[in-house]
Amino acid sequence: MGVGIEVVNLNAWYGTNHTLQDINLNIPANHATALIGPSGCGKSTFVRCLNRMHETNPIGRVTGTVRIGDLDIYKDAKPVTIRRRVGMVFQRPNPFPTMSIYDNVAAGLKLNGYTNRRSLDEIVERSLKNSALWDEVKDDLKKKSGASLSGGQQQRLCIARALAVDPEVLLMDEPASALDPVSTSKIEDLIFQLKSQYTIVIVTHNMQQAARVAEKTGFFLNGRMVEFDSTHKIFTNPSDKRTEDYITGRFG
Amino acid sequence: MRTLTDSLITALAIVATLIVIAPLVAIFAYLLYKGASSLNLAFFTEIPKPVGESGGGMANAILGSGILLAVASVIGIPIGIGAGIFLAEFGRGTKLANAVRFTADVLNGVPSIVMGLTAYALFISHKTPFLPFTGHFSAFSGGVALAIMMIPTVCRTTEEMLLMVPHVIREAALGLGVPNWRSVLSITVKTASPGIITGCMLAFARVAGETAPLIFTALGNQFWSTSLNGTIAALPLQIYVYALSPYDDWHRLAWAGSLVLIVLIVLAVSLVRFVTSRGVLKGAS
Repeated sequence: MGVGIEVVNLNAWYGTNHTLQDINLNIPANHATALIGPSGCGKSTFVRCLNRMHETNPIGRVTGTVRIGDLDIYKDAKPVTIRRRVGMVFQRPNPFPTMSIYDNVAAGLKLNGYTNRRSLDEIVERSLKNSALWDEVKDDLKKKSGASLSGGQQQRLCIARALAVDPEVLLMDEPASALDPVSTSKIEDLIFQLKSQYTIVIVTHNMQQAARVAEKTGFFLNGRMVEFDSTHKIFTNPSDKRTEDYITGRFG
Repeated sequence: MRTLTDSLITALAIVATLIVIAPLVAIFAYLLYKGASSLNLAFFTEIPKPVGESGGGMANAILGSGILLAVASVIGIPIGIGAGIFLAEFGRGTKLANAVRFTADVLNGVPSIVMGLTAYALFISHKTPFLPFTGHFSAFSGGVALAIMMIPTVCRTTEEMLLMVPHVIREAALGLGVPNWRSVLSITVKTASPGIITGCMLAFARVAGETAPLIFTALGNQFWSTSLNGTIAALPLQIYVYALSPYDDWHRLAWAGSLVLIVLIVLAVSLVRFVTSRGVLKGAS
């Protein structure tokens, strides 16, 4: 089951560049939350702070508090523990090229020392079914490389890989921006199904996508969160002028 | 005009390719011409005959080369790969990494005769602390000398290959909660392994034909010898000795030895490629 995320006074830097400034918000459990905003506004950096990926960059720095469920992730836990609870899907599909489809999905478990073969089989099957890829790959699970799939299939494979470690939160950083419309709509259907079990945070450049999949939407601009509200409100009656300008296409 | 330029460039590329291939084909053809006639079963089963007796073979030298190269690979490849992983993954940007990279590049350019002299000074002229089989001519010292020649090549190709692994692949592993060291070993190194293996094979092929470092260390041997503690025969050494001799049948054996050396290197490299390419999945890059 998903858990809520509470962000208090989050600041992040790349070197001297202050990319995120005083972000405060509450992301509800078991819902999809979309983050929109022009390129470079800090929304990707923001999701990377939610699983402590930001600090893997040597010049990345974070201050503030992020609570996932009741876990203060910058205080109470190690990055690897958090990343197992907070899965991530990246902008470009990135399956492990040397691994079979099966091994890609099982990678998170196997690399963390989980070896029970029978339950691995079950988890792989369940994860691929959850990511709506099972029917397309079930005959080549161990024969084909993850890299041999199409772009859209690769992205669903990456979702299956993230789901296999049984996270509570799923972060998606523009998961469909490199995909064609058909694959994109498959990913969106998937988000729709998954949000009953996981808390989903999706960064997107596509405002229709945000409107289609998310209950809540946050608008980022220049490293600040301008507005956070129900998706319906953001797109029909935003409180802030800048949000309105952005969603009506006047800039960005 | 455009098609003309196109054909011209294509023709130039083909000519350049031929010029690259020509020396290899020429060497191989000449070796076949000079050496093939002296190849017989005795060459592969017998040891060299004393001066004055005809016949004999280089069986001990083939075995000796195998032992020397095994010692060199067992020592050189792990150290080289380890140093390469350090350069690309853990030490990136540190002073130590820059020093190691610079050293490896310089070491790569050191002539093999200098390497031989150095190995002599380090391992042969007196006993080296903590290192067995040193203080006198020995097969082990020869292997170590070859290993030292392998390390910079293996180290730098490993680094280059690791740096070619896309950043998104590393992020994928880290994003799954895999510890960094585990991600490096199981994901990055594995993804780069075809290139790393090629680097190891290049280093192997390069030292397989080295003579100079062995003159000062393994010394050569006219008899069967498999001890790491004693002098040992090696194909390049045997070729060197026979080619400089005044006897015609030794010259012929030297040619045959050269042919066998080249063929064995090609076989060894192909075998490693075959073994490591099996089990590669469909569509894997």
